[in-house]
Amino acid sequence: MTTDLLRLVTAGSVDDGKSTLVGRLLYDTKSVLSDQLDAVLRSSAERGLDNPDLSLLVDGLRAEREQGITIDVAYRYFATARRTFVLADTPGHVQYLRNTVTGASTADHAVLLTDARKGVLPQTRRHLAVMAMLGVPGITLAVNKLDLVDFDRGTFESTRDEFVAHAVSLGYREEQVTAIPLSALAGDNVVTESEHTPWYDGPTLLEHLETVVPDPRGSDVGFRMPVQYVLRDGTTDYRAYAGQVVAGEVAPGDHVVVLPDGTTTTVVEVGTPDGPVDRAHEGEPVTLVLADEIDITRGDLIAAADRRPRVAEEFDATVCWLAEEPLRPGARVLLRHGTHTTDCRVTGLSTRFDEQELAVLDGPEELALNEIGKVRLHVADPLPVDDYRDCIATGAFLLIEPGDGNTLAAGLLGDSLSVMAHGARDD
Amino acid sequence: MSAPTKQRPTTDERAATGVATLEAEGIHILREVAGEFDRPALLFSGGKDSTVLVHLAVRAFAPLPPPFTLVHVDTGHNFPEVLRFRDELVERYNLKLHVAEVQDWIDRGKVQERPDGLRNPLQTVPLLDTITEQRYDAVIGGGRRDEERSRAKERVFSVRDAFGRWDPRRQRVELWNLYNGMHKPGEHVRVFPISNWTELDVWRYVAERDIELPSLYFAHQREVYQRDGMWLTPGQWGGPDDDGELVEKTVRYRTVGDGSCTGAVESDAATVEDIIEEIKASRLTERGASRADDRISEAAMEDRKREGYF
Repeated sequence: MTTDLLRLVTAGSVDDGKSTLVGRLLYDTKSVLSDQLDAVLRSSAERGLDNPDLSLLVDGLRAEREQGITIDVAYRYFATARRTFVLADTPGHVQYLRNTVTGASTADHAVLLTDARKGVLPQTRRHLAVMAMLGVPGITLAVNKLDLVDFDRGTFESTRDEFVAHAVSLGYREEQVTAIPLSALAGDNVVTESEHTPWYDGPTLLEHLETVVPDPRGSDVGFRMPVQYVLRDGTTDYRAYAGQVVAGEVAPGDHVVVLPDGTTTTVVEVGTPDGPVDRAHEGEPVTLVLADEIDITRGDLIAAADRRPRVAEEFDATVCWLAEEPLRPGARVLLRHGTHTTDCRVTGLSTRFDEQELAVLDGPEELALNEIGKVRLHVADPLPVDDYRDCIATGAFLLIEPGDGNTLAAGLLGDSLSVMAHGARDD
Repeated sequence: MSAPTKQRPTTDERAATGVATLEAEGIHILREVAGEFDRPALLFSGGKDSTVLVHLAVRAFAPLPPPFTLVHVDTGHNFPEVLRFRDELVERYNLKLHVAEVQDWIDRGKVQERPDGLRNPLQTVPLLDTITEQRYDAVIGGGRRDEERSRAKERVFSVRDAFGRWDPRRQRVELWNLYNGMHKPGEHVRVFPISNWTELDVWRYVAERDIELPSLYFAHQREVYQRDGMWLTPGQWGGPDDDGELVEKTVRYRTVGDGSCTGAVESDAATVEDIIEEIKASRLTERGASRADDRISEAAMEDRKREGYF
């Protein structure tokens, strides 16, 4: 679906000035209204600060303001004449990497921050690896605090070159990666062009975000629609299957297959909230009426009959483990894929991505909080799956703790880890 | 169902209004609620956000009615225009409505009137009791993340414990559009399908879909009095204090909550298009402009959400 809405994720290390950058973007795009600013001025004064602390605009929880850190992902909204932005503002602390994964899972573009004095840090590489794994299609490196190195061109260029090389080794094309020299505190090159960087002829951060065209994320697999809800009317014989077109398109007359069962039929009517249509595209909510009476329930997938996903009970996947209690082979969990939830056993754990060395290690015994690894899964109900790289909606899944229902892991079908392994070889 | 193929806006036309993607997301979330839960309810106040939710729900399940009961927690301080609007909407779309009257809880001694007379904070207990008594396992609300900074931290699917409490430190991660509705017996899930909408998005959608709203939202003449810099309407919840006076103003409401703490703003915006222009130029947030109860402390909203408030 065409859109002028850009979903952003921000990430960076502790103290690189991320909250200040986000505060600056909101402030300079006039997305901060006077009552919000008054509240920040009041709180800043109560804390004995001379200047308003723009990070108070974004740290919304009591504990965050008390400790001066960002704990949880927060969503911000701002708009310019050209575009509307939804920004997932994620914390920098290593122990909150799961929130970076959360923000990145839906992002069209990532802004990574680094402190010009420090260059590319392990945390920067870690965040970049997460973006690469999740397939975030564009990256901007904000080389921040450039005022503290006298707006030195050489510092910026060496940081940029190191970052771009690393991104390319993780599978990015050079044109997907941009670096911008800026100072969030003073506002240089964030929204307004800086007088201090005459050697830089690129866009400001906001100009870049307004004009960047993200690659469409995946989904070159043919029509896919997980069944969300069955609409049935007892008095007429109306029966339709409600869902979102998550890949491809659908039209009356199309030949489709219902999975995992494998029964084929024909689409009679493609309904939308505005009535029946000739064709519906990726991203649109639809209600399908089918030619044959087939037993279809929530959790089934309707797909193009000539371009089907594979149906499997055992598969390899990359998981990012998000729970305190480590993952060990043999674990029994629930797996949520599309609209289907099924029992799942983790039958193997083959590799682990080492965050410090940025390398892939064989034969780990467990995955601890925030660790990424390759697992083998066995599910009770066969699932229609695509590789995450080909289609996010049919390639992503969650692992869930059966006891309390908490989400344990972000899962990606196929071998997303090899992208990261490739990056590690170039270090 | 062999209705003729209707002319509809092209994808580009819809994208140009900026709400097509948000509508698709909202419909997806509402269908997930219908599929995942046994007894979902939709919290309806008669305001613009919950009215937009009802329209999304009607569209998500058309041609059948949405499978949600509407729940209204009536503080007893509601504007008569809003109650009339509520009843007309319920009748037009043939919906089910459950009303919890805060007055009943006061009469039974389960909540006490506050010294400041505000009844908005009193809604929490009737809401939680209603959820328990009616065994609702999901409660859909019109909360938006742009409203307030603790709301900016809210998940789309937000688990509440057996006491209805929100613990921001123990929120589940929420990935892709895979919404996890698992909960233990006694717990319930709050769902916010228009989390990613801003006040402006709501009004653009109201314009695009030609959605009817209570007349309070549009500029009109009204007798009001000033308190804490806000224009309040006198009513059974009280009138001007001894030193205050009633004046006639041209006003409209940006939010329509409890009459005792929802302020009007001076405005000539009489149409949806006027309102969109007014919001674009406004330097105040809607809650900052019109909600007294958010001013109680720096973390007023967070504290009420922890207790189980929306």
